[in-house]
Amino acid sequence: MDTTPTTPAVGRRRLLTGGALTLGGVLAGSGLGAAVRRPDDVRPQPPGYGRQTVPFHGPHQAGIDTPAQAHAVFLGFDLAAGTDRAALVRMMRLLTDDAVRLTRGAPALADTEAELAALPARLTVTFGFGPGLFRAAGLDDRRPASLEPLPPFPIDRLQDGWCGGDLLIQVCADDPLAVAHAQRMLVKDARSFARLRWTQRGFRRGRGVEDDGTTQRNLMGQLDGTANPIPGDDVFAGAVWTDAGPDWLRGGTTLVLRRIRMEMETWDAADTAAKEFSVGRTLGTGAPLTGAAEHDPPDFNARDAFGLPVISEFAHIRRAHVADPRQRIFRRPYNYDDAPAADGTPDTGLLFASFQRDIAEQFLPVQRALATSDHLNQWTTPIGSAVFAVPPGCAPGGWIGEPLLG
Amino acid sequence: MHAMPISAVPAVPGRRLPRLRRLLVAATAGAISLSALVACGGGESSKASDGGSPSAAVPAAAAPVTVADPWVKASDSGMTGVFGTLVNTTGAPLTVVSGTSTVSAKTELHEVADVDGKPAMRPKAGGFVVPAKAGHELKPGADHIMLMGLNRPVKPGDEVAVTLTLDDGRTVGFSAVAKAFAGGKEDYTPGMAKG
Repeated sequence: MDTTPTTPAVGRRRLLTGGALTLGGVLAGSGLGAAVRRPDDVRPQPPGYGRQTVPFHGPHQAGIDTPAQAHAVFLGFDLAAGTDRAALVRMMRLLTDDAVRLTRGAPALADTEAELAALPARLTVTFGFGPGLFRAAGLDDRRPASLEPLPPFPIDRLQDGWCGGDLLIQVCADDPLAVAHAQRMLVKDARSFARLRWTQRGFRRGRGVEDDGTTQRNLMGQLDGTANPIPGDDVFAGAVWTDAGPDWLRGGTTLVLRRIRMEMETWDAADTAAKEFSVGRTLGTGAPLTGAAEHDPPDFNARDAFGLPVISEFAHIRRAHVADPRQRIFRRPYNYDDAPAADGTPDTGLLFASFQRDIAEQFLPVQRALATSDHLNQWTTPIGSAVFAVPPGCAPGGWIGEPLLG
Repeated sequence: MHAMPISAVPAVPGRRLPRLRRLLVAATAGAISLSALVACGGGESSKASDGGSPSAAVPAAAAPVTVADPWVKASDSGMTGVFGTLVNTTGAPLTVVSGTSTVSAKTELHEVADVDGKPAMRPKAGGFVVPAKAGHELKPGADHIMLMGLNRPVKPGDEVAVTLTLDDGRTVGFSAVAKAFAGGKEDYTPGMAKG
């Protein structure tokens, strides 16, 4: 270690530490109460992000309209044989209690690493119910009609290990340690009732690296989510929060989680013009090929000098475009980048998390349009697929899923 | 079920109030929920199995002792431990001298003591003394309530009703939620209570 305080950061830390100690020493003679309280005022304040919390309770579960945190893990469980409705009630009460405590920065009950709970960093825990949970509970008649595995698409190369699941727990925070601790506590309580089927870890930019609200960039380098509905506005509410179908799901939503592998080796072989042509946006600013800035509306009627559409008939943004606000989907994706193969081939892609009122009404039409003729399909391969009903939130004292299972 | 005050995240992590002080603040503010609360004198346990913990609960002032964050280690048979924090809301020390539960033949108040160089649990002579306006923590590896002779499995998520008796004869009921837990496996040394 270099012990010479050559950098301003080190010098400042040393100065502050010395100051705090000196002040503490002075206060030691003036009574315990003062000695305990006063150093708060002079200690260097840790960065504020760690202490930030997102309310757990409310009409909707957190982790959906919450501005996406930097880190996420999606946990998919299969219910154990014998996990019936009564057991599901016990499970969801336990898991809700864990989530309530951890998201406010308090240890879970029986938390063996209570110290790790102190910095939640906007931790959210979001629960979803897969089709099998309704059967296990004897409540298949209350399953949303379109909550079933997606139909096969020609582009799919699905791997069973990334598909399905009876219970989803989505854990998000701006700090990976907060995610890991919450995951550990939740898994310890869930495993009395269920077995892990898959675990999918994802990330976005670190908190503070960009201004909040900046469109995230995926690992293909594209700005990803420019056309998303904006949480809090009417378009978002009309597209995401369920207002029809089974009563218990009102205020909830549905989640389609697709694991989409990026074929980086062939993407690398494409030149910039081909990449931009396939999407219909520039890579640099994310502007549509007919505009100058990211949020300029694309002009799908614009033609070039040869009379051809500037935005190709098969460009991703044209295929994904939905005119009716009620029919839009809300994407909350995370990147994944697991260990490359021995030859360097990356295991890279997107955890494509799509929230919408109804899967058949909103998700499937977009997916059909993309699956048949999106240029981008050359470089993206769905390898995982799961669907969940996401119950509404709960009030203090309640638990997630109570309107269905209680 | 949630006894933590809303502002549980301390302004500066290294300088937060001791946990017991925070619990006491929560208790006196009436923030402890029904599931952790108690009927004074009647020994009537709250019905927490509804998942309910309405904030408009039994007035905190009515209970001399409340139990914050109660939980019980899930167990198929034999014995198990109950943990949490006893909070004395009165201005005088109180002593918990005995207990009962709906799932066990016997309920004992235990400590973990050094017996021949090994930690061992044994009945605590004199019971649990809870200082005035303060808390007494029950946790694995330390003081706890032992349920012995389980008459049915205590499964994760179950609610177990426990009633404690104070030295003045008053009783305190609460409900502890069962959690799968690896710890709390000290050797049991019966009849070793020598103070």
